[in-house]
Amino acid sequence: MYSEKILKHFKNPKFAGEIKNPDAIGQEGNPRCGDVMKIFLKVKDNIIKDIKFKTYGCIAAIASSDMMCELAKGKTIDKALKIKPDDIVKGLGHMPPIKYHCSILGTQALKKAIENYRRSEK
Amino acid sequence: MKKVYLDNGATTMLDPKVIGAMLPYFNIKYGNASSTHLFGEEAKEALERSRSIIAKSINAKPEEIVFTSGGTESNNFALKSIAFTNKNKGNHIIVSKTEHKCIMNTCKWLEKQGFNVTYLDVDKEGFVNPDELDKAITDKTILVSIIHGNNETGTINDLKALGSICKKHNVYFHTDACQSYTKTELNTKKQNIDLITLNAHKIHGPKGIGALYIRKGTKIKPWQHGGDHEFGLRSGTENIHGIVGFAEAVNIAMNKKHIAYMTKLRDKLIKSVLEIPEVRLNGPIGSKRLCNNANFSFNGIEGEAIGGYLNNKGIASSTGSACSAKTLEPSYVLMALGLSPEQANSSLRLTLSRFTTQEEIDYVLEVLPGIVKSLRKISPFWKE
Repeated sequence: MYSEKILKHFKNPKFAGEIKNPDAIGQEGNPRCGDVMKIFLKVKDNIIKDIKFKTYGCIAAIASSDMMCELAKGKTIDKALKIKPDDIVKGLGHMPPIKYHCSILGTQALKKAIENYRRSEK
Repeated sequence: MKKVYLDNGATTMLDPKVIGAMLPYFNIKYGNASSTHLFGEEAKEALERSRSIIAKSINAKPEEIVFTSGGTESNNFALKSIAFTNKNKGNHIIVSKTEHKCIMNTCKWLEKQGFNVTYLDVDKEGFVNPDELDKAITDKTILVSIIHGNNETGTINDLKALGSICKKHNVYFHTDACQSYTKTELNTKKQNIDLITLNAHKIHGPKGIGALYIRKGTKIKPWQHGGDHEFGLRSGTENIHGIVGFAEAVNIAMNKKHIAYMTKLRDKLIKSVLEIPEVRLNGPIGSKRLCNNANFSFNGIEGEAIGGYLNNKGIASSTGSACSAKTLEPSYVLMALGLSPEQANSSLRLTLSRFTTQEEIDYVLEVLPGIVKSLRKISPFWKE
């Protein structure tokens, strides 16, 4: 059911964990539905310097979180906001259609974290 | 890598002895049981011998056993056919909220055909309360169908108590015994059951073969029409190799030592897993639980992910999480026991068999706590 890449990111998520004193946190999802993602950001000069996630969810949700962080790290926040669910799916090789929502959740959690960051900057 | 199969509630390994019993019926004794020549007679003899073995195992007469393609067909046959055959008497059917999907979806279809279905609540361990069944029966009720051993929670309903209520009201009583068959007592007379769904592949028999016990005198018309096989009740050339395998599987499984063996392993598994912090057992403990079933919810983490890490370690399990369901809904069975969707999403089912070894259970107990810990470490809902 899952691609090798999904399983790789699920087994060894590089970005799993927490950032101490993050510049922003964003959370999306609902435990009733089975997936919740929490994103931690460190931002400097508008660039995502560090990003970590904590996810309650299935194999696809954990892999999507990790791929999303991989795509976002090093990008300016404007560019990070342009990451689409399809970019996450592409990065993971293939996503079972029923799990597509996991990639959407990834981009939503990131968006929330960035919104929170911008709010705190004002 | 070590491979450990703990998903015997889904299906089981074919016992090599069962394979041995089946083999001649593929290429030597391959006749059609309806034929009157030597080949047909051999098949017919095997068919009737097998029927007697299965009848005896549930205290029934051979002519009360109708072979089908499995549990789903037997459940469909029982519900649809009893409903339509007896609709002059009434249009009300009672089931529980913890039935297998093939009962639930059959009921939904029957509702569209003009039948009314009551879905009985269960208590927090998954039991149907006989008093509530008693109250739910009306003069329009024609059939009660209550699962015997639950596939998810392992709850074994009290068929005797439920059956006597159905008898009192003169209502047909059906039970889906796919998970419980040979794992706890099943007795048509003692428990007063009119129809029982049985299958082979949960007891180390082949897939694609099952049976429906139909008490003699039950008003039921065939659902599948054709050449009048199986006493005219279920047409279609009999699956002789499957039937022979089914009977051999029953013969072996009826030995009570297997129940004692699985119970011991199950209890060790349950006791040790409950030592992990913030874990709950779903379903009852003790003799009212299927001897091969364990079902847990691990706070803060999701079931499919636990199963995914177990799979990486070679261990096969299953979950009631929304993530693994085609509907993306958490298990309705676990929710009927009062679990929150979050608890249902964090469930893990481990189902044993008589081939499960102590070493395999030890291996699971060795890796599971670490998996739970590492998933909790990356969970937004877990605070150390």
